[in-house]
Amino acid sequence: MQFRKTWVMALALTSVVALSACGNNNGGNNAATNNGGKNAAATNAPTETSSGTDLSGSILASGSTALQPLVEQVAEKFMKTNKGVDIQVQGGGSGTGLTQVAEKQVDIGNSDVFAQEKLKDADAEKAKALVDHQVAVVAIAAVTHKDAGVDTLTKQQLVDIFTGKVTNWKEVGGADQKIQIINRPSSSGTRATFENFALGTKTEDLQGSIQEDSSGTVKKMIGETPGAIGYLALSYLDDSVKTLKYDGVEPSVDNVITGKYPVWAYEHMYTNGEPTEVVKAFLDYMVSDEVQNENGDVVELGYIPAVKMQVSRDVAGKVTTK
Amino acid sequence: MSFCVLLLIVIIISMVYFVASKGISTFTSGDVKVSEFLFGTKWSPEADTPSYGAFPFIAGSFLVTLIAALIASPLSICAALFMTEIVPGWGKKLLQPVIELLSGIPSVVYGFVGLSVIVPFLRNTFPGQGIGVAAGALVLSVMILPTITSVAADALASLPQNLKESSFALGATRWQTIARVILPTTFPAIMTGVVLGMARAFGEALAVQMVIGNAPFVPRSLFESASTLTSVITLSMGNTTMGSPQNNALWSMALVLMLMTFVFVLLVRMLERRNKI
Repeated sequence: MQFRKTWVMALALTSVVALSACGNNNGGNNAATNNGGKNAAATNAPTETSSGTDLSGSILASGSTALQPLVEQVAEKFMKTNKGVDIQVQGGGSGTGLTQVAEKQVDIGNSDVFAQEKLKDADAEKAKALVDHQVAVVAIAAVTHKDAGVDTLTKQQLVDIFTGKVTNWKEVGGADQKIQIINRPSSSGTRATFENFALGTKTEDLQGSIQEDSSGTVKKMIGETPGAIGYLALSYLDDSVKTLKYDGVEPSVDNVITGKYPVWAYEHMYTNGEPTEVVKAFLDYMVSDEVQNENGDVVELGYIPAVKMQVSRDVAGKVTTK
Repeated sequence: MSFCVLLLIVIIISMVYFVASKGISTFTSGDVKVSEFLFGTKWSPEADTPSYGAFPFIAGSFLVTLIAALIASPLSICAALFMTEIVPGWGKKLLQPVIELLSGIPSVVYGFVGLSVIVPFLRNTFPGQGIGVAAGALVLSVMILPTITSVAADALASLPQNLKESSFALGATRWQTIARVILPTTFPAIMTGVVLGMARAFGEALAVQMVIGNAPFVPRSLFESASTLTSVITLSMGNTTMGSPQNNALWSMALVLMLMTFVFVLLVRMLERRNKI
């Protein structure tokens, strides 16, 4: 008995090792993954004539958690009409997505920022190989606790607050209440967008400022902390916090589309070189009318359709009217 | 069987090697000096002239861990005494499942409860925003309570019965027996529990990150936003690209964490050796 038990355990262990080795292969060599997917799809294809397409293969996407819900939802729909395609969407953050797509571990790297902003200096070469696909726009608004007593802030006032020059709301026309900054970590894409386009300058972290990782926690903190100020994507705004106008401009979808409200950024889906057939089909579907129109997934999940934008912006931040 | 042992050893060695090689690259690439990293108080990796001082995080980690242990240890030891010495019958029946439940609660739940209950309470009671080292230490103290209690209870239960009986036979009261006989003889074993609890507190990431505020500074008070090694790693790791100086600096912090875990394990080993004598 004892002997048999040992054998069973040894067998189980070897299979675990074999499986994990497989996992490594998938991560490290995506060509193998694609082949595997294609083979599986090829055996399925004859029985799935109803799907109407002969697309097959598998797509692995990773990166931005801000973009993840949209890609997941669209991927579900895409897989329903293209039975031969298998799409997996993982989070991990923009940096992870860009690293993995640059090293060809995934087919698509999702990012909140331009690849050039993350892959700098020694990695600048890697960014050159990446092809950008802008699928949506996210606008960010400054928000405060309800009792701050401020309705609109100018760019200079925001800079003064986030650099610690102004520490009480009464200095910018609000209540007599100490300002509490609720920030994002300095590596965050949301913070980069807010600093680039709302403040126009990078800010240092201040002693006593609070940093939170997720938009949900930021919203909760701002709603509960007297005198708090922070910034959130438009899709997170509700009555629990007070949304500020920026230089008098309301942060609304229309104002973003027409270019009146400047604090926004693209959501990028990067491929390494030109995409393969199946990846291209998926990316085309992401920017198709079905996904991007006013009843589509992009609007439903609180993003702004990239195709609707009347202005465009390049890596350097230069805005041009289309 | 030898295969399993081999596999374990290979996994451990490769993990240590991986973290160490990643963590050392910060220093070998010439971006940062070791002393600058360990004792520098300025952490601004995204600035035009970046600096990678990790001292605020190291200090934060030690602060929350020590305070959490200070809060949790007396409570746990009392709970263990209650379970084994005072009312071994229903006390154990009642407390054992409660402690097991406590250790089974996921850390995100602790973090959320901390954010929704402890932080508002601290905000209304003390100056500041409620967020900070105090909130982190309170949440952690509840999390390490089961670890210390169960180790301490085991230690107390394994104490030879004749030690207690001879103490009672000499006319000592229960309190005298606990204070003069039981606690001194089981002290090393109880400390093992405390060190294990501290190791857990030192490595806990999510719950602390939610309530500590994450400002990269050495806090001026217990009620001011601070950071720990784990919180800054979870906060920034996904946002940075592999191989960038900031990412390497985060790996160096992971190395510091791992080395600290080794120190904790060493401490436990030393205590165990003392325990046997």
